[in-house]
Amino acid sequence: MSILVIGEHDNTSLRAATLNTVTAATALGAEIDLLIAGSNCQGAADEAATVDGITRVLISDDPSLADGLAENLAPLLQQIAGDYTHVLAPATTFGKNLLPRAAALLDVQQISDISLIEAPDTFVRPIYAGNALETVRSTDSLKLITVRTSAFDPAGQSGAAPIEAVSGGHDAGLSKFVGEELTRSERPELTTADIIVSGGRGMQSSENFQMLEKLADKLGAAVGASRAAVDAGYVPNDYQVGQTGKVVAPTVYIAVGISGAIQHLAGMKDSKVIVAINKDEEAPIFQVADYGWVADLFEAIPQFEAALDSPAS
Amino acid sequence: MKVLVPIKRVIDANIKVRVKADQSGVELNNVKMAMNPFCEIAVEEAIRLREAGTVDEVIAVAVGTGQSQETLRTALAMGADRAILVETDLAPEPLAVAKLLKALVDKEAPGLVILGKQAIDGDNNQTGQMLAGLLGWSIGSFVSRLQIEGETVRVTREVDGGLENIELASPAIITVDLRLNEPRYASLPNIMKAKKKPLDTVTATELGVDVAPRLEVLKVVEPPARAAGVRVSSAAELVEKLRNEAKVI
Repeated sequence: MSILVIGEHDNTSLRAATLNTVTAATALGAEIDLLIAGSNCQGAADEAATVDGITRVLISDDPSLADGLAENLAPLLQQIAGDYTHVLAPATTFGKNLLPRAAALLDVQQISDISLIEAPDTFVRPIYAGNALETVRSTDSLKLITVRTSAFDPAGQSGAAPIEAVSGGHDAGLSKFVGEELTRSERPELTTADIIVSGGRGMQSSENFQMLEKLADKLGAAVGASRAAVDAGYVPNDYQVGQTGKVVAPTVYIAVGISGAIQHLAGMKDSKVIVAINKDEEAPIFQVADYGWVADLFEAIPQFEAALDSPAS
Repeated sequence: MKVLVPIKRVIDANIKVRVKADQSGVELNNVKMAMNPFCEIAVEEAIRLREAGTVDEVIAVAVGTGQSQETLRTALAMGADRAILVETDLAPEPLAVAKLLKALVDKEAPGLVILGKQAIDGDNNQTGQMLAGLLGWSIGSFVSRLQIEGETVRVTREVDGGLENIELASPAIITVDLRLNEPRYASLPNIMKAKKKPLDTVTATELGVDVAPRLEVLKVVEPPARAAGVRVSSAAELVEKLRNEAKVI
C-alpha cells in the first residue's frame, strides 16, 4: 500500500485542510507522499515538507498549474496515480472540483467526504445532509477519496521530509483563470476556528452582523452564517455553514437568530458545544443546542458581550 | 445550440429521512419525492438561456427507474423542450451516471451541459466533474454567475475563500450553486402542456454502458443523537456555564 495526498495551497503556503487530510491518510497505515502541484510553489513545498507523517513531498511546478484548474491538474494525477493504492484530497471546493475528474480519467468510483476509516477499503461517510451515515467498501483497486476535514485533527508540522520533483503539467487549453474576489479577514478561518459565532435571517441586515463581529472578536472567534443570511446578502457566500456550504466542528458554535434547518444543522452539529440564541422557543436549533437562550438577539448579544467582561468566578 | 440538463429524483428537501431498521438504506416508500433542488436551478438557467436567445433547445435527462418520468415532466412543465429517461433498475453510482450522460452527449452534441453541483441524497458532488473528465471538456463548478459570449463561457464560482472568475472554452460543463437563480414554479397550463412534450426512454444496455456498482454499501445507520441541552435565562448564566461547566471559553 502507498498513499498520495493532494496538497491544497496557494503556491506560497499550505492550506490547513491539507493537514487534516494527511491525518486521515495516516489512519490507513502506509507511506504517504504529499503532492504540491502549482507554479513557483517552492514555498508551499517547503512547508509541506514539515508535515508530520509523510515520507516525501512531490513538487510539480508549471505555469499551467498556478491556479488549481482541474483541466490541467487531473491529467497529472492520472499520470502518477498508478504508483499508489490510495489518493486523498480534502473535501474543499478545490478537492471536490478536481478529484472526480481524475477519478473519471482513471475509471474509479470516488468515495466522497469520508468521516471515518474502518479499513483500507472501507469508509464511513455522511449522506442526506448527515441524517444518515453510510459505510461503503470500495471494490476498485485504486481508491480516490475526499476527506471531510472537520472529522480529522490537523497533522503536526515538525518534520523534514525530502522534496522530489515530478514532471508533468501542461495547459489543456480549456480554461483560464481570470481573477478572484476573496474575503479578507483578520479573524480565524471558519473551518479551523475554535469558536464560531454564526448569524441567520434573524440578523435582519449586514449592518447588524457587525454586532456579531464584535462578539466574535471578543471571543477570538470566526464569523459564519446560515444560507438565509447569505441569500439575503448580509454576508458573502464563503460565510455559509451547511450541507452545501462549509462543514465545521469547532469547540463552541454560537448560533444567533438561526432557526436550524436540517441543511444548516448538517454543517455544524458535530461541534463540541452548541449555543443557540433565538427569540422563537420552538426553533429546531434548540433541539441540538447544549445551551439554549430564548431571547431577542438585539438585547442578548450586547449583554453576552458585557458578561464576557466580568471576571471569571 | 442545444443544452443538456441532467436532473435527479430525490427525497423532498423538507422531509426528514428515516433510516431503515435493517440498516440497508433510508426509507423511500411512501416518502414525498421531488426534483433535487440544485437540478431545479440548472433547469431554470437553461430555460433562461433559451429565453435570451443563446440556446435553441433544452433537453432534460434523468437516470433511474420509470418513476423519474415524473421528475422529467416537472422539468418539461418548467419549460424544457423534451426529455430523455435512461431507465435503470437501481440508482447507478456517479461514475456510471457520467458514462451514461457521455453516451447521450455523443448522440445529441449539445454545446453546454448544466447540472446541479450535488444531489442532496448521496451528497457526492461528482457527476458533473466526471462527465467533464470523460468528455475532455472544460468545467465551471459551483457556479453563481454564467455568461456566454460566442465561444467563451465566463463563470463566477463560489469557492471556499470567496468568489473565483474563470473563462471556459466551449463546449463546457457547468455545475450550479444555490445563488445562480431562483427557479420558477410551473404554472397549471404549462403542467398540462408538458404532458404532450416528447419523453423518450433508452436503457443503459442500449447506450452500451456497464452500470455495475463499484461500491458495496455495508450499512446505513443514524448518526449519534445529541443529548438534550439546558435552557439559560441570562447572559451571566450562559457565560458562567460556558466557563465553569463546559469549560470552553
